[in-house]
Amino acid sequence: MAGKRKLSERPGGGSGDVQWCFSQVKGAMDDDVAEADIISTVEFNHTGELLATGDKGGRVVIFQQEPESKNQPQCRGEYNVYSTFQSHEPEFDYLKSLEIEEKINKIRWLPQKNAAQFLLSTNDKTIKLWKISERDKRPEGYNLKEEDGRYRDPNTVTTLRVPVLRPMDLMVEASPRRVFANAHTYHINSISVNSDHETYLSADDLRINLWHLEITDRSFNIVDIKPANMEELTEVITAAEFHPDQCNTFVYSSSKGTIRLCDMRASALCDQHAKLFEEPEDPNNRSFFSEIISSISDVKFSHSGRYMMTRDYLSVKIWDLNMETRPVETYQVHEYLRSKLCSLYENDCIFDKFECCWNGNDSVVMTGSYNNFFRMFDRDYRQDVTFEASRENSKPRSVLKPRKISTGGKRKKDEISVDSLDFNKKILHTAWHPLDNIIAVATTNNLYIFQDKIN
Amino acid sequence: MSEENEETQTAEETPVEDTETQDKVISPEKAEEAKLKARFPNLGHKPGGSDFLRKRLQKGQKYFDSGDYNMAKAKIKNKTLPTAAPEKTEITGDHIPTPQDLPQRKPSLVASKLAG
Repeated sequence: MAGKRKLSERPGGGSGDVQWCFSQVKGAMDDDVAEADIISTVEFNHTGELLATGDKGGRVVIFQQEPESKNQPQCRGEYNVYSTFQSHEPEFDYLKSLEIEEKINKIRWLPQKNAAQFLLSTNDKTIKLWKISERDKRPEGYNLKEEDGRYRDPNTVTTLRVPVLRPMDLMVEASPRRVFANAHTYHINSISVNSDHETYLSADDLRINLWHLEITDRSFNIVDIKPANMEELTEVITAAEFHPDQCNTFVYSSSKGTIRLCDMRASALCDQHAKLFEEPEDPNNRSFFSEIISSISDVKFSHSGRYMMTRDYLSVKIWDLNMETRPVETYQVHEYLRSKLCSLYENDCIFDKFECCWNGNDSVVMTGSYNNFFRMFDRDYRQDVTFEASRENSKPRSVLKPRKISTGGKRKKDEISVDSLDFNKKILHTAWHPLDNIIAVATTNNLYIFQDKIN
Repeated sequence: MSEENEETQTAEETPVEDTETQDKVISPEKAEEAKLKARFPNLGHKPGGSDFLRKRLQKGQKYFDSGDYNMAKAKIKNKTLPTAAPEKTEITGDHIPTPQDLPQRKPSLVASKLAG
């Protein structure tokens, strides 16, 4: 079945012969979406065993992959709820008359050091370190207490009894271990854990701060682009990330489409970039929309650390860290929207912030689009594919069918015309398992998990 | 877009007009810009500049002046305070905000439906 497929029809998912299948969908089926249920971030941990989501209501849900069963060795384990907790709550800053949303902007996992799992979650103003630990034993047989907790009458205690640990039903507990607050005047858009596993950065519109995971009352400002006169403000920071293995290096992207790479060894305040990545623009093509659509909504280093990927409104670009003058690869996500920019500006869709991600071996990149479409670009095979996350394609292990958008006059069968795309159905957040071909795709309020078909 | 870039093109995409045909055909972007200017003739000339960025930085700002509120309460005494029209989302200016106007911000007591 797979062998006879033409080159142009391969879905493009890594080794060229990947077939993506529906695995699971989480969330309510009804169309009436409560604002709190809007998914705002999705992140696998470093082994891919855990998958965390954050939502607009400030809640975090963590799924855990079931171990592969011996009965079905070819089938990968499903993701089931492991823990859920309220990470952030709405606040009101009375001093500034500022409403602080509880929406979780980002979740980043810490590499595992002991039995417990740790993650950082952030809203617009406050970052929290959460510890997720398992309890599967409890002490029984106290000398002085009954099993229900009441103290025994000391006169009835005649022997010494040492409690023993007995197995109990697994309980997963989430507790906030650190709260990193009051360091950001503007809205936090990114957090990134350093490869030293001791520090992390948090970035808002104008500043980037460096924290130590153990210290909450102090933070170092490492980038400050606030102009002396706010009237002169021309660009803001949109995303930031630490290099995967060089602990002194980080990048931040801007609303003007530039990326700056900074080296913390150079100076305490990294306002002077070490490298500036910017693609030259043809001045003839400049329009009212140019700057808005060039604004970078996400930046991600490749696992290798040699490349970085940026997402702007219409495209995904791959940059070689050794070349600042232009990206080495550019992929059009939905170029057909270029002739719809006027209405996309009017309905604010032009300001949507799409994220992007790499697969485990950096051969494929993925990003979302509208109409619950998401796109994959295979760098090695030079192919791309569009899939849709919908309940209609949600039969277990059903193979996803590539979708096509018709832009010309003639619409072929099974193609969707640009005018019938639903711009309220946006896929902003996607994540790729670090080791396997398993992806998590978030629609407005549902989480889809797709896997490649194991033959 | 620089020509040296390696681009992936699929059948569904419309290629961007190149500069050679600029004189004859307006790029789709410029056509969209003309549409927008026709609808909003007062649109600023610095599109990505200060106004748009400042609006982004001011997200979440709610205006409530307790001084105004208490003075208005004192003046009107027994009469009820004017409340905002239900459609108004921003409470500024002449309207005297009341605590009822500010949306209730309570944490969700309901568990996420993803965990259901």
